[in-house]
Amino acid sequence: MAVSLDLLMNAVISGLLLGGFYAAVSIGVAIAFGMLDIVNIAHPAFILLGSYIAFIGNTVFGIDPILAAVIMLPAFYLLGMAAYQVYYVAFERRDDQSLRGLSFFFGVLFISEVALVLIFGVDYRTVQAPYIGPSLDLGLFALPLRLLVPFLVSMVMAVGLQLFLSRTFVGRAVQAVAQDQQALRLMAANPTRIKRIAFGLSIATASLAGACLIIYQPVEPSIGREYIGRVFAICVLGGLGSLPGMVIAAMTLGIAESLTSTFFGPSWAPAVAFGILLVTLAVRPSGILGR
Amino acid sequence: MPFTLVLIAVAAAIFAFGRWLDNSYAFVVGYIVVQYMVLGTAWNILGGYTGYVNFGVTAFFAIGAYSTVALHKLVPTLPLPVMIVVSGVLAGLVGLRTGYLTLRLRGVFFSIATLALAVVVQTLITNWDFVGGARGAYVLRPRMAPLIGGEYMQYLFLLMLGLGVIVLATARAIERSALGYGFAAIRDDEAAAEASGVPTLKLKLIATTLSGGFMGMAGAPLPFQVTYLDPASGFSLNYAVNAIAMPLIGGTGSWLGPVVGAVLVGGLQEYLRVTISSAVNVLVAGVLMVAFVIAAPQGIVGLFQRKR
Repeated sequence: MAVSLDLLMNAVISGLLLGGFYAAVSIGVAIAFGMLDIVNIAHPAFILLGSYIAFIGNTVFGIDPILAAVIMLPAFYLLGMAAYQVYYVAFERRDDQSLRGLSFFFGVLFISEVALVLIFGVDYRTVQAPYIGPSLDLGLFALPLRLLVPFLVSMVMAVGLQLFLSRTFVGRAVQAVAQDQQALRLMAANPTRIKRIAFGLSIATASLAGACLIIYQPVEPSIGREYIGRVFAICVLGGLGSLPGMVIAAMTLGIAESLTSTFFGPSWAPAVAFGILLVTLAVRPSGILGR
Repeated sequence: MPFTLVLIAVAAAIFAFGRWLDNSYAFVVGYIVVQYMVLGTAWNILGGYTGYVNFGVTAFFAIGAYSTVALHKLVPTLPLPVMIVVSGVLAGLVGLRTGYLTLRLRGVFFSIATLALAVVVQTLITNWDFVGGARGAYVLRPRMAPLIGGEYMQYLFLLMLGLGVIVLATARAIERSALGYGFAAIRDDEAAAEASGVPTLKLKLIATTLSGGFMGMAGAPLPFQVTYLDPASGFSLNYAVNAIAMPLIGGTGSWLGPVVGAVLVGGLQEYLRVTISSAVNVLVAGVLMVAFVIAAPQGIVGLFQRKR
């Protein structure tokens, strides 16, 4: 009895930490899909790009992966703005059905995966950092540092973005775009410019999320696919447009996956996210804290 | 009816031409192109006609393939056409159930749910030991083809051609029927269609079932063609991208679009596969798809229609 309680507690704790990491991965989509209504299913591709850049920074220049990601933040922000500009010119302006936009992002996801395979090959890549091996031993349970660090980075990102959205002028403008674009236009603000900034932020988070990813697990080009469903499951479960909801949903998913992995076997873990997604869509599509 | 006869005649001519060429690789290429044509047309019934993007192509396709594996292990003497029909029914049922869960929501949620479905099905099959799980399953190809003699590959090609005829005839029949008009109404403005009395949920379920069923049928002969099937290759994203890219490139408005797309893109891919490399050919579909989606949303068929 004592053994299985110990196992259960460890599973829950690592599930919480895992959930924190999933929150980092989903923040970008929470902004893009939850607030801007842009179904960016290519977000895992940007995250992988961040991972590989962190990998290059670590192996070629010897810098810490998170530091590499922070350095690349402005570049990713500009990339996000450019991507939004393409998306806007090609799809939003024409007021087209979402079919084209979805296919566009799907194509981008696929192209980036193949491009990464051609450039880096299919070998798993990892980084070296002082916090990847050891764990924090807290008596009853152990906190692996390689889970704890992404968790902390993720919380900082989430809190930072939530403060940005609620306290700053631009942040509130982003929330306004999510609620009523027409009204924003009547207030003499340009929704396109705001959306561009917001999407840039969304892709910038992918840079840090990529560093977290390669700290958490070895990376190879096709793992992006596993994360598409997880990310959207988290955003839908949390409720579109709500960052706190997304964090709660991420924790929930992390715990669910961790428990499944521990008690049923890791090969069932991918199905958990998607099972949750399908059930949420069928039962309560607006999510936990959705509008 | 005349259209179906024309299709059968064309298919017979193609098969006779293949036999005259007497090159077994030609049959493999032919099989792959026609398979993508069936997949593309099946996808198009839900995607192009009704406007709901299905990213879970791999789920239905693999259900078809793995049904064959399972049936082959249970009843080794079962003829392949029977297995195709069973696969189609199973895949269609899965389509129906998925549709029922998600089609009451916005189109975007349906697309995400289909992505989810693909991973769920892959996980289930990876954990199912009877069909080999992650180890994969070997399916021995008979040496001689039943009915027509010659290599077994020719028999597979003939079956796929037959499937192509059925799917194209169905697609064209849908286009010109009340069902097709209902689909188009849903695609153009679902709220208005519902308000005008179009039974949108029922029609969407029909579209999903037909689409899923045909995709399953397209996947059924796969184990005999590749002889070794494991989840990584059976659920390969290539099938999904091709199934979506080909109708988008060829044109989603008519039955001719997926045919044009499959012949052009499929042919180009095979050509690149043997001349440059296996990885580059896969890039082609993605790049072309993005280019066409941005520049020519109506596809190749649409370009020609506009010129008139």
